Amino acid sequence: MSVLELRHVSRVYGQGAAEVHALDDISLSVDAGSMVAVMGPSGSGKSTLLTIAGSLEEPSDGEVCIDGASLKTMSRNAKAQLRRRMIGFVFQDFNLLPGLTAAENVALPLELDGLAARRARAQGLKALDELGLGQRAGNFPDQLSGGERQRVAIARAVVGNRRLLLADEPSGALDSANGEAVMRLIHAACKRGVAAVVVTHDAQLASWADRVVFLRDGKVTDQTAKPVGPESLLGGVQ
Amino acid sequence: MSVRHALLALLSEGPKYGFQLREEFEARTGEVWPLNVGQVYTTLQRLERDGLVESDGSAREGPQKTFRITAEGGRELVAWLRTPPDLATPPRDELVMKVLVAVRVPGTDVHEVIQVHRRHLVELMQQWTRIKESEVSESASDLSLALVVDAELFRLDSVIRWLDAADGRIKRTTAAADEPGANAAPRENAAPGENAAPEIPLLRRRARTNRSGINRKQTETGNSMNLQETQ
Repeated sequence: MSVLELRHVSRVYGQGAAEVHALDDISLSVDAGSMVAVMGPSGSGKSTLLTIAGSLEEPSDGEVCIDGASLKTMSRNAKAQLRRRMIGFVFQDFNLLPGLTAAENVALPLELDGLAARRARAQGLKALDELGLGQRAGNFPDQLSGGERQRVAIARAVVGNRRLLLADEPSGALDSANGEAVMRLIHAACKRGVAAVVVTHDAQLASWADRVVFLRDGKVTDQTAKPVGPESLLGGVQ
Repeated sequence: MSVRHALLALLSEGPKYGFQLREEFEARTGEVWPLNVGQVYTTLQRLERDGLVESDGSAREGPQKTFRITAEGGRELVAWLRTPPDLATPPRDELVMKVLVAVRVPGTDVHEVIQVHRRHLVELMQQWTRIKESEVSESASDLSLALVVDAELFRLDSVIRWLDAADGRIKRTTAAADEPGANAAPRENAAPGENAAPEIPLLRRRARTNRSGINRKQTETGNSMNLQETQ
């Protein structure tokens, strides 16, 4: 079952001679439980793809469906509700609210969606616990390390029953150990049934994905085959 | 991969017999580098000939023959650990060659050639990451495998980064050559109407360049991608 489906999506900025095709006829389907990485150089349309997939921006042409529902006919309010309930975002710079504790940051989308503060907080604490941050729940973002802040951001992105996780260079600001920890968490979320799209120019990060899609000048130019098991490498290198 | 020094390292922990050395070598390298037992015994014979290991005499030939490291072997091992491997001489890298050739062969879509290799490398990295994800924990017993997998991932990553940089550089150079008024004379064998391929430095033979002739800065940075002749 596809959680996210892009059908012939294009995005054009400007008009006439100044027209720029940021995305050009993109079709992409991401199933529950799978992670797709989108790689490409700067300006290839990676971030535009993510904002359109997350219903933050409208395509000029084509259709986006989330959990089978087309965004085309959805009102602004319905889209906002869909974002609160279904979609989690993770950015390079964490985007945590500095005046809220880790637990409050994680619980915030649930509270905005109308859940009682106490229940939202309990779910937030549970999400933090699962990411090994239960002890840090009462800390403010500036009391946390970069790696911890990104784990809080991931907890916020998957709290409740979110089905789609959209990440833009999620380990870009972290060292390799913390970057790996972040990708392990996103991978674990996928194993629990979340569909994830990670856009990045970093091959180490992309290699955690089940499928890597290559973008160039707004077009999908290539993608990886289904990965084979590790046995093809172990014991095979001289 | 120095089997010779890997065996010395294993023997520095205490006396061992040949079959045991093979088992331990494979376990310590995460079974990434298989080793046949014949290779172990040949290497042990050479180490014994050179006085770096000694056996318990000829009384027990065969798999139960025990080897131990000598004092000279210990010194050799310590010296080897601190001897930098030769990274100063650029390897004749096949992928670099392919890209250099693709740029010069008329009618070749260089970006497509680069993408074929980029995808293959990413697929390899996915396989190594699967190993890391499924078989490597933070425990001490998995440390060797984790280190080997990391090394392979960083190596492949560096090749992909070079491909990305090459792709961008070729695109910029081609765009500059295509600009009106650009001083891009067509190559002799370019097909009519074909975009002028970017000029790249010719590979010249490395004659007159011995290892001591390689400048110090290059040696320090270990730049293995520089194929230009050092003056």
